[in-house]
Amino acid sequence: MAACSFQSITKSFGPTPVLRGVSLSIADGEFLTLLGPSGCGKSTLLRILAGLEVQDAGSVSIGERAVDGLRPKRRDVAMVFQSYALYPHMTVASNVALPLRMRRLSAFQRFPLLGRLLPGTARTAAEIDVEVTRTCKSLGIGHLLDRKPGQLSGGQRQRVAVGRAMVRHPAVFLMDEPLSNLDAKLRVQMRAEIKELHQRLGVTFIYVTHDQAEAMTLSDRVAVMLEGELLQVAPPQVIYADPDDRRVAEFIGSPKINMFDGVVREHGLIDVAGSTLAIEVDALAGAPLTLGIRPEAFHLADHGGPGALTGSVRMVEHIGSDLFVHLDLAGVDHPLVARLLAERAPHIAPGQDLHLRVFPDRVLLFTRDGRRLRRRVESGRASVTPIRELAR
Amino acid sequence: MSGPLALSSASDERSTTRSDRTSPTPAASSARRRVLKEALAAWTLAGPAVFFLFVLFFVPMIGVFIIALTDWQFGARSLSFVGLANFREVFADHGFRTSLFNTVIYVLIVVPGTLVLGLLTALLIESGNSCRSFYRAIHFLPFMATLTAMAIAWEALLHPTIGLVNQTLAAIGLPTANWLRDDKTALSVLAVIDIWQNLGYAMVLFLAGLKSIPQDLYDAADVDGADLWLDRLCTVTLPMLGPVSMFVVIVVALRAFESFDTVKVLTQGGPGHASEMLLYTLYRESFEYLHTGYGAAVAVVFLAIVVTLTLIQARLMDRKVHYQ
Amino acid sequence: MSASTSTPHLPAYAAILRHAVLLVTGALVLIPFVWMVSLSVKPPGEIFRAHFSLWPSQFYGVENYTKALTEAPLLRYMGNGLIVCTLILGLQIIVCAPCAYALAKLRFAGRDLLHGLVLIGLLLPHQVLSLPLFILCYQLGILNTYAALVFPYVVSPFGIFLFRQFFKAIPDDVVHAARLDGLSELAIIWRIMVPMALPAVIAFSIFSVVGHWNDLFWPLIAVRDQSLMPPPLGIMAFKNEEAGNDYGPLMAASTLVVLPLVIAFLAAQKWFVEGLAKGAVK
Repeated sequence: MAACSFQSITKSFGPTPVLRGVSLSIADGEFLTLLGPSGCGKSTLLRILAGLEVQDAGSVSIGERAVDGLRPKRRDVAMVFQSYALYPHMTVASNVALPLRMRRLSAFQRFPLLGRLLPGTARTAAEIDVEVTRTCKSLGIGHLLDRKPGQLSGGQRQRVAVGRAMVRHPAVFLMDEPLSNLDAKLRVQMRAEIKELHQRLGVTFIYVTHDQAEAMTLSDRVAVMLEGELLQVAPPQVIYADPDDRRVAEFIGSPKINMFDGVVREHGLIDVAGSTLAIEVDALAGAPLTLGIRPEAFHLADHGGPGALTGSVRMVEHIGSDLFVHLDLAGVDHPLVARLLAERAPHIAPGQDLHLRVFPDRVLLFTRDGRRLRRRVESGRASVTPIRELAR
Repeated sequence: MSGPLALSSASDERSTTRSDRTSPTPAASSARRRVLKEALAAWTLAGPAVFFLFVLFFVPMIGVFIIALTDWQFGARSLSFVGLANFREVFADHGFRTSLFNTVIYVLIVVPGTLVLGLLTALLIESGNSCRSFYRAIHFLPFMATLTAMAIAWEALLHPTIGLVNQTLAAIGLPTANWLRDDKTALSVLAVIDIWQNLGYAMVLFLAGLKSIPQDLYDAADVDGADLWLDRLCTVTLPMLGPVSMFVVIVVALRAFESFDTVKVLTQGGPGHASEMLLYTLYRESFEYLHTGYGAAVAVVFLAIVVTLTLIQARLMDRKVHYQ
Repeated sequence: MSASTSTPHLPAYAAILRHAVLLVTGALVLIPFVWMVSLSVKPPGEIFRAHFSLWPSQFYGVENYTKALTEAPLLRYMGNGLIVCTLILGLQIIVCAPCAYALAKLRFAGRDLLHGLVLIGLLLPHQVLSLPLFILCYQLGILNTYAALVFPYVVSPFGIFLFRQFFKAIPDDVVHAARLDGLSELAIIWRIMVPMALPAVIAFSIFSVVGHWNDLFWPLIAVRDQSLMPPPLGIMAFKNEEAGNDYGPLMAASTLVVLPLVIAFLAAQKWFVEGLAKGAVK
């Protein structure tokens, strides 16, 4: 078990910067997810921790120990790969046993054929067998020990990959998109199993994914990455409800958060999309900003006017309990998407005009360059830009 | 979403109605006619190939068997069935037995030699990044070069007095030999030339095999602790090359069995029968001695060996598919 | 996210060792070529001198190459090779592509049987059939003509096999769309399938041309006239005439015969390697 930390890691592949100074600390026993779109550098960060990739600058430590320059096997980490990377010519048992063989048998004892004749090889091999069997049984693949990976289903392969990682009790568990090769149903099931595994083992998990549902359900904390930068590291609910950055707000949540450019009219009022919303804002008149409103922050209003957004319905999507209404607003080039409770919303048809109101405390304010503006200083947060500075 | 579907079903309807209009038959018979039409088109398109496959492959193959089982000679107007007499003659012939034996020995030298050298070259080339295509090109060059012409170059190289080989051996004080005229060396020398020609081919097949090994497996081996060169080789590289290696063995063996050019140009099977091999025997008996029945029997034996090897290859290819 | 393919980084000593070994093996592989070219520019006196140097003290290349080109109809041989290879390749593509299309994209009774026949054909070594083919050419009266060199090869089971594989990979919708656009089946083959399967066509072309340019066995049987001989047979005849004593011109002729393919190979290395590696199934 160990805490991990990255200090100002940078990495480029050729001329392309992949990581631009990433610093991150992960507590002992924490489940941390690196979340971001393809190519954001999250896998590279994980591979640097594992020692499969060497950073250009910065340092990595596991436990109290700087591990820069250590080979992967000396770092006490285990990894589950996206493709599982099982050795196709070996049985399940041999796959799971390999990390133990490499650690407990000397190079001579591992030598093909001849190694078996050396003293001690047989005894160590028997011990390894016992542990492998125990591990596989605990994962429900005890009956598959003699199969080859090619004969297994996707879920079973995944379990073998997990077994190979956990058999040697690593300090840190690394997982690189381990569920992306499974079908949707199995993915949900394996997600629950991974969560259980983490609770059972109690060691540090670092999990890479581009799937926000996985990140939200599994993690103690989520680290959102974009273009080689860490944008925010926080518990899932905070990432969703209280993002630090416009890009985080836009990446998390489906359908996507609505973004409108607005201008402060006077204290407490903001002009946006042809309307004026009453939102507590401590800024001078004329300050430009961007409002982020999640689809579920809207509710239906009977009439338009100040405080309501009015537009014509472009499209309605029913998803059962809720419906998504796409609304064209005057002077805004992209439609507003609102999530309304199906039972509360009367029959809404495309073409009709609709009035929506917003819960003011659920509107997220951003500067035009994407930084979050918070209305009042929350305890323990220093990253708030005083809003007065803006109007200057 | 339903656009293309609707379009294609509409077009189907249209074509059905059109054929209905020309001849008012029930839908079932029109469907049958469309099947017939497609079959007709297919056989028309395949026709020339089918015709030539029969004329150039299957009829000649039957011909080989007929000639092998009869006493037919060039120009003869009649033939009579002689059973396995030709085969008995062939197998009783010391020359043929030598030829068969030589061929087996030759293949047993060429296959391991080509395999090991091809694999080593491929591993070396793949182990670094620089000059890959340069090295690949050099080692592959002999495979491209016209073997008849290169055999002449080899003859000059192996010339007993003015050849580079003997000059070098003499310079460093080693015994020299008249490589192509000595019955102890002739066959081995031909095998070396064959290895020289085919090692680049094996290398290329191995390089393709190495490329198809997923990087993830090496990463997993690193994390699992198999990060020494030998461990990586034994854990990932060699096992993953297993199916390719079997494939290379068969391909090289087939090519070695079919060796002809060097024998014809360099030794004519000599001295004595020391470097005589199956295909050369087949050629000489059939076309120089006009020993037709004998030649056909040799062809059948040759065919049996090649077909066996190819079938093994096909089985291995199947296994390769199931490997992953 | 997986933008990395960790490329092997060898320690310096290993990298040097790699280059050293590969340069040595490469040099060994090249020796026959070097020796051939070296002899081809040496005068007879120097060739038979009992010590060797790569470059002659007296450059005799012009004389040797002139002799090679005048004493043997070397250009004629190479022209023959060109004619024969082009004819074979052209006919093979014309015959094989439609058959491969039928096998890949049409449904008809006997398709599996036909595919089986192609696979059997793939398995038969051509040399085994040489005796009946010789008789066939004799009966047709085409022995000792270009036709005899070309005729046995107009259909290539390997060509059908390779084209079928590539055609199968082209989505059926492309064929359907082409039919809706009013193309005939032949037009679909030549204007849609073959261009889309161009890599296969190139691979097959290289496989075919290399094979037939270098072939000695069948021409040896099929033609007697010098004026019809393709390069390998021609150079063998040249060697036998000269009794192998006049090394300079012989090596010059060998160099000239090897040269076209070597140049083509160096110019399009990737295609050659790919095409000939695909031929491994043959």
